[in-house]
Amino acid sequence: MYVAVKGGEKAIDNAHKLLAEQRRGDTNVPELDVAQVREQLSLAVDRVMTEGSLYDRDLAALAVKQAQGDLVEAIFLLRAYRTTLPRLAVSSPIETSEMNVERRVSATFKDIPGGQVLGPTFDYTHRLLDFKLLADGEGTEPETAPEQSGPIPRVMNILTDEGLLDESRTDDENPVGDITRDPLLYPAERDVRLQNLARGDEGFLLALGYSSQRGFGDVHPFVGEIRMGEVAVSIVPEELGFEVEIGDITVSECEMVTRFRGSKEELPRFTRGYGLSFGYCERKVMAMSLVDRTLQARDMGEDLTSPANDEEFVLSHSDNVEAQGFVQHLKLPHYVDFQADLVMVRTMREKILAERDKAEKPKTEEAAA
Amino acid sequence: MIAQENAAPVSTAATGEEYNFAYLDEQTKRMVRRAVLKAVAIPGYQVPFAGREMPMPYGWGTGGIQLSASILGPDDVFKVIDQGADDTTNAVSIRKFFERVADVETTERTSEATVIQTRHRIPEEPLTEEQIMVYQVPIPEPLRWMEARETETRKMHALEEYGVMHVKLYEDIARHGRIATNYMYPVMVNGRYVMSPSPIPKFDNPKLDRSPALHLLGAGREKRIYAVPPYTDVKSLDFEDHPFEVETWDECCGLCGSETSYLDEVILDDAGGRMFVCSDTDYCSRRRESGHLGPMAAREDLDELKGDRPAQEGGHNG
Amino acid sequence: MPEFAYENISPGLQHPVLDSQRIFRAVLLTMSRPGTVTVLGNWPAPPSPLKPAAASVCLALADLDTPLWLESTIHSDIQTYLRFHCGCPLTQKQEDASFAVVMDGNDLPDLKKFEAGTEEYPDRSATVIIQVRELNVGRGVTLTGPGIKDSTKLTVDGLDSGFWHEFKKNSERFPLGYDVILASDTEIASLPRTVRVEV
Repeated sequence: MYVAVKGGEKAIDNAHKLLAEQRRGDTNVPELDVAQVREQLSLAVDRVMTEGSLYDRDLAALAVKQAQGDLVEAIFLLRAYRTTLPRLAVSSPIETSEMNVERRVSATFKDIPGGQVLGPTFDYTHRLLDFKLLADGEGTEPETAPEQSGPIPRVMNILTDEGLLDESRTDDENPVGDITRDPLLYPAERDVRLQNLARGDEGFLLALGYSSQRGFGDVHPFVGEIRMGEVAVSIVPEELGFEVEIGDITVSECEMVTRFRGSKEELPRFTRGYGLSFGYCERKVMAMSLVDRTLQARDMGEDLTSPANDEEFVLSHSDNVEAQGFVQHLKLPHYVDFQADLVMVRTMREKILAERDKAEKPKTEEAAA
Repeated sequence: MIAQENAAPVSTAATGEEYNFAYLDEQTKRMVRRAVLKAVAIPGYQVPFAGREMPMPYGWGTGGIQLSASILGPDDVFKVIDQGADDTTNAVSIRKFFERVADVETTERTSEATVIQTRHRIPEEPLTEEQIMVYQVPIPEPLRWMEARETETRKMHALEEYGVMHVKLYEDIARHGRIATNYMYPVMVNGRYVMSPSPIPKFDNPKLDRSPALHLLGAGREKRIYAVPPYTDVKSLDFEDHPFEVETWDECCGLCGSETSYLDEVILDDAGGRMFVCSDTDYCSRRRESGHLGPMAAREDLDELKGDRPAQEGGHNG
Repeated sequence: MPEFAYENISPGLQHPVLDSQRIFRAVLLTMSRPGTVTVLGNWPAPPSPLKPAAASVCLALADLDTPLWLESTIHSDIQTYLRFHCGCPLTQKQEDASFAVVMDGNDLPDLKKFEAGTEEYPDRSATVIIQVRELNVGRGVTLTGPGIKDSTKLTVDGLDSGFWHEFKKNSERFPLGYDVILASDTEIASLPRTVRVEV
């Protein structure tokens, strides 16, 4: 079989070798183990799983190692792998009120049934570099709380029961949208928006959420509840017809409460914004729930005034795998198109200069005469 | 229960890794194939499809790659060009990908290819009825720079409201005395849809008009597929007083002497020395093989540009 | 459905991956060059009156995302065959169908009831596979339009003569419209909505 070979191929092969060398770094330093990444860079792993849309701690850790810690690249690696996987079953919706809670805080009520559980958080650390870690410092064992006795109810339900909060609408008629199987079309429903935001770039959502708090948008949010912990995943195999638990995953969930002024027809009440991620991505789920709320402006008949309200703007630009590809494709050769511009700019300049020349000549001739 | 999904994957000898033939799973291929058929039935209309993540970055040809993966079969001969050249790194990378996952025969010769995936050029050699062109498209929407919103542009296509496009071109004329769009120059397909021909130079636009080949265009990131069937009218938009025209050069190709092909400018030194060479490398080397030599063909320092290499390297391999 | 029921289903494609690619390319060829008649080869063996050519097109292109329309009177063997091999939902509502198989070209349903897409999404339209007796190039109706160099002629045996009138109306509403694949025992020819017909 004839296979075309040229110089570019050699260059590519060598670039791959150089990349491998750079990834390994100084060989006097022991090689990083995927298990070390999984256990000790767990928040990087969680972000990669969330935006990579695949819950697999080992593969996400492998991606982080392979990408040399470049998380957007790691997300891309995981997505490209995910897309080749067969879809064996669709799970039942997870029930976060059944969560085995590791952390759970509410900013809306001082005390809540089930209590506030601070859990592992950077929140009250003083951001001082811990030089002990330079020397492999081992921390002290934390105290553990007594075993959770049962489900911890959601704070939002308290408000819902009082009629102060939108019921979360359920639609059992139509299947949940899936932007990995169907193209994203506008206007988009909330299920599709939430999926897009869950896969969306944390930095982008953070900036958008922030902008809505600063006045580009009219959101005055309170954290109703943030919870993080393990939930069970179940499927209903067709041949069995009843639910079977297939494992546990860690998720973070945030529900924001936002004031709604009401209108002539509607009583004043609160509305909600929702965020969910794999693993522990608290900043992400908070930003996501802000943006989920700003994107509901259309549904609620509010004015669409700011970037965070603009569904097409937000959803079309949230995906960092798409964004990084298109921004970086500018380094591919564009010399054919550039040549086209070059030819035109030169011709236009020549034409203008010639006209100027012509316009000036009579003047000089006049002056000479 | 779907019996078809249990198809045996192709084990590629080179890597030992297992992928489905042409990488994509069968369900994805069917989805792409259905979109292609509708695209052919509605020339110039952008069919939304659920583009998949590919193992290459968006913006690097994922739309074209998904098209090629869905159409290529064991009887095809595949050619990949980027900027008209077979040996640019991204063309090499895409060709290698299909050699690996589809075990497809590849070629650099335009005339031998049954499927040609391209970025930014249409080959100089006239295409035939036996060929399918696959274009990599970054922004499929020709109205995007006039109207950023998909919700709006979709309506404009539905209502055949293309006034903004003419206004834009006419503003060019008012400002520059000419239409200042040089690539991705919009065309009207079959008298109905305004279409972006992908970022080919406008020099290549006339090659699309009533072309004997089938042209398929794929935008992976934007998730659109569209098509120009063979023998379909493709008119570059223009005005009576400012007719469409293509770029010309005062120079000929330095290597093969062609005066009719699209030329790339090559900077030779710091003192402003430059030459022009065919952007279509296959066309240029065929011409030189058949004895056409340009003014700089004899220069030895240009060997790399000529793509000259020892015969065994470019010979039969694998 | 209980497992034993599958044992008697006749075979589908022999090599699903490569056969699907080949069938798709044949359909693409006929769709992009209307009036061209091409043979499909490597036929599956569907239950009668479904023929190998029409069955091939379904096996290559239909799946769980594409509801397929069949006449309500159709034998359950065919329903089971298509459900099993394509995994596609079957429908008796014409307007819900992505694909449709008309078993006998002389016994047409009301074609205009098939989905023609919307102004914004004309691609959301049906592809109607019509089984006929024989397809021949060179005589018969004259076809022009995209994909056809000048004009071409196609003779179709076993197709209700009212079809051409109906199809004319279909192409007049371009870009809306359904697309047609005519299938004899082993050959196909396609009529995308762009085709203009002169009888």
